[in-house]
Amino acid sequence: MANGTAATISEPSFLEYKSGFRSWFYTTDHKRIGILYLVSISIFFIIAGSIAIVMRAELFTPESDIVSPHTYNVLFTLHGSLMVFFFIVPGISASLGNFLIPLMIGARDVAFPKLNLGSYWLYLIGAAILLFALLEPADTGWTFYTPYSAKTNTNVILLTLGIFVLGFSSILTGLNFIVTIHKMRAPGMTWHRLPLFIWALYSTAILQLLATPVVGITLLLLIAERTLGIGFFDPDKGGDPVLFQNFFWFYSHPAVYIMIIPAMGVISEILPVFSRKPIFGYKAIAYSSVAIAIISFFVWAHHLFVAGISETAAIIFSFLTFLVAVPTAIKVFNWLATLYKGSIQFHSAMLYALSFLFLFTVGGLTGLHVGALAADIHLHDTYFVVAHMHYVMIGGTVMGFFGALHFWYPKWFGKMLDDTLGKIAWFFVFIGFNVTFFPQFFLGVQGMPRRYATYLPEFEPLMKLSTIGSWILAIGMIIMAYNLIKSLYSGEKAPDNPYNSLSLEWQTSSPPILENFKEIPVVTDWSYGYGKKG
Amino acid sequence: MSENHDEHITPYKTYIIIWLILMALTVITVYVAREIDLGSINLFVAMIIASIKATIVALFFMHLKYEDSITWVFALYPLFLLSLLIGLTSIDVFNRIVP
Amino acid sequence: MEQLTADHVHVHHIDPVEEYEQSKFGMWLFLGTEILLFGGLFATYAIFRAKYPEMFHLDHLKLDWELGALNTIILIGSSMTMAIGVTASKKGNNKLLIIMLAITIICGLVFGFNKYLEYTAKFAHHIYPDTSIFFSLYFMMTGLHMLHVFIGLIVLLIIMILAIKGRYSASYNTHVEVGGLYWHLIDLIWIYLFPLLYLIG
Repeated sequence: MANGTAATISEPSFLEYKSGFRSWFYTTDHKRIGILYLVSISIFFIIAGSIAIVMRAELFTPESDIVSPHTYNVLFTLHGSLMVFFFIVPGISASLGNFLIPLMIGARDVAFPKLNLGSYWLYLIGAAILLFALLEPADTGWTFYTPYSAKTNTNVILLTLGIFVLGFSSILTGLNFIVTIHKMRAPGMTWHRLPLFIWALYSTAILQLLATPVVGITLLLLIAERTLGIGFFDPDKGGDPVLFQNFFWFYSHPAVYIMIIPAMGVISEILPVFSRKPIFGYKAIAYSSVAIAIISFFVWAHHLFVAGISETAAIIFSFLTFLVAVPTAIKVFNWLATLYKGSIQFHSAMLYALSFLFLFTVGGLTGLHVGALAADIHLHDTYFVVAHMHYVMIGGTVMGFFGALHFWYPKWFGKMLDDTLGKIAWFFVFIGFNVTFFPQFFLGVQGMPRRYATYLPEFEPLMKLSTIGSWILAIGMIIMAYNLIKSLYSGEKAPDNPYNSLSLEWQTSSPPILENFKEIPVVTDWSYGYGKKG
Repeated sequence: MSENHDEHITPYKTYIIIWLILMALTVITVYVAREIDLGSINLFVAMIIASIKATIVALFFMHLKYEDSITWVFALYPLFLLSLLIGLTSIDVFNRIVP
Repeated sequence: MEQLTADHVHVHHIDPVEEYEQSKFGMWLFLGTEILLFGGLFATYAIFRAKYPEMFHLDHLKLDWELGALNTIILIGSSMTMAIGVTASKKGNNKLLIIMLAITIICGLVFGFNKYLEYTAKFAHHIYPDTSIFFSLYFMMTGLHMLHVFIGLIVLLIIMILAIKGRYSASYNTHVEVGGLYWHLIDLIWIYLFPLLYLIG
């Protein structure tokens, strides 16, 4: 490929062309907005991760010694809310999506640059409201189930209001991405030449656009329940508390896919580059993203199996839940086939991608256990669910996110990461993660319920092991953070295309110039033709 | 930049006619609900009429008639999801065995 | 190297025709979001109406259907004037556009005033959002709708000011089209709210 043609351009990169506070917080450049998101979500990731460390430390012994049970309730509420709404939902999509979508489809920016900045401001407003909510934090869990959330004396209103505002940020980002992908592709960039990461973000954007408003109105009704005294979810007034759960999960199950599909897109980009092989089953992977986006709307009530929903509904939803496993499995098989007989290079990004394959498969298969009606009655609200969820969210999304960071870092910042240090960090993260969460499957099967600050002595060995794992995981993350920050200053200057990738974002300079491309490229082929043209 | 106008421009007269139709439908729906009172199928009739009105507004006032297929998809898909939300939630709420 | 300002950079590659197409498509997507935002309330309505038909029947009789019908007529009328305004703008008839926008805004204000009369009458009869499930729905649905009317009025007002300043022509009228779509959605939702609440509750 035309390697490094853009390097000769003397135009300053988007990082250099202007500096100062205003040039960042009033920027309409999608790459800078991506960085703003990256910094913001990283801060929330660190806060929520630290809370998790405190929770695990509390669980080191069966008694409640470090924090009180009430504080523990507050901590898991904050951990869940921050991780879900402030880190993982906007995570890959808003940070890397913003940075990469225009670069990958050969556009100069997203369709509505000002709206894009507005979305980020909304995110900041949501975060500011959250800070006020911290004065008297809620203890409901991140799901805000009624009737407790309508009755507790803690400050549910501010936290839900913050999430409501964030929801609008998410909706507008999704809207922007859909229009961008539909209307702004470079000449020759047909749908079947689109990078799979774009397909993934397109599916994600549909979910963001159409699922988020339902949780918006649900949280609004919860606020109205607390302020105006309406009673849709209050049995005393003829309401139905399970209705809240139905509405909440109508969003929050698709939201699980808002979290995971972008990571799947990342994997589809990393694997072919470091296997030097064309992606196997391009169309299958692309369409299965869209299929997941559609089917994910049909399955929400599998979160309600023990909430007292009707048996008819439970059977229907259990069946539908198995359907969503099909497109997911299609993806995994195609990724494996991509690896088959490839010349695999173990770059640190590739290590995260391979960990994704392994860990996400564990998470996905245990998802079938809890999706199966009969098994779920036993496993519901135990540590099995906690382990399953973290295998999908950390093993899936966060591994994909880390992989993406290591993969696109040179393009984004123009510096190479220290690959050796990256591999060391990966080792600790991978081992630490498994030591933390694998024992929780056993704890769950043995009946340890989630969301308790204390536990029976018989669970102590596995609980201790899990806590030790969380320390290993933290060490890995600290090494990784050190690597990411250090390389900004002392990393080698990155070439335009360090991995000989074929996709468009690598064909411009590293970091890209303000308007991405000197001239809008004309696309003649898909970006996965490895091993043929070299 | 008059290329903007290879699209359809609806003449004023059409809007007046559409408005008259919508007014007529409003009168019908009020009349049916308040004077005839069909009892249990009141809801059904009122929703049919409302949907006809909504379709007319979307097609002519909002020019959906002249939009491309992808706009149609994104206009109709939310309605499908709404029916899903109502339908599947109803399956739960109205099949519960109350002890 | 010259310091390029972001505005300078982003202005020069926006083609009005592309911008028009993108904005219109974007607004359609947003309308989908709005439909599902109200969708939660419609679903709540469906569930509780099926559960408590007598309550819905008795309570809906307390609503002022004549005022509701009047508001329906006003809002549909404003939708028509908005549509005429869009066509006028596309034909380059700025004067007609401004007149139509003014009528639309007045209709919206009258709608809001009627709503105010309705709410105060309800409060005078000690009917509040927590009176019953039906009135919870009534106040939430019409309240959220009223909020949209309010936002719509602000949008239309801005468009009218820009129209008076002569910003729109036959070749550039993106805001008018997009603002019009939003206004029609408000009408669309009311078309359902009116029979559901006032006629067949």
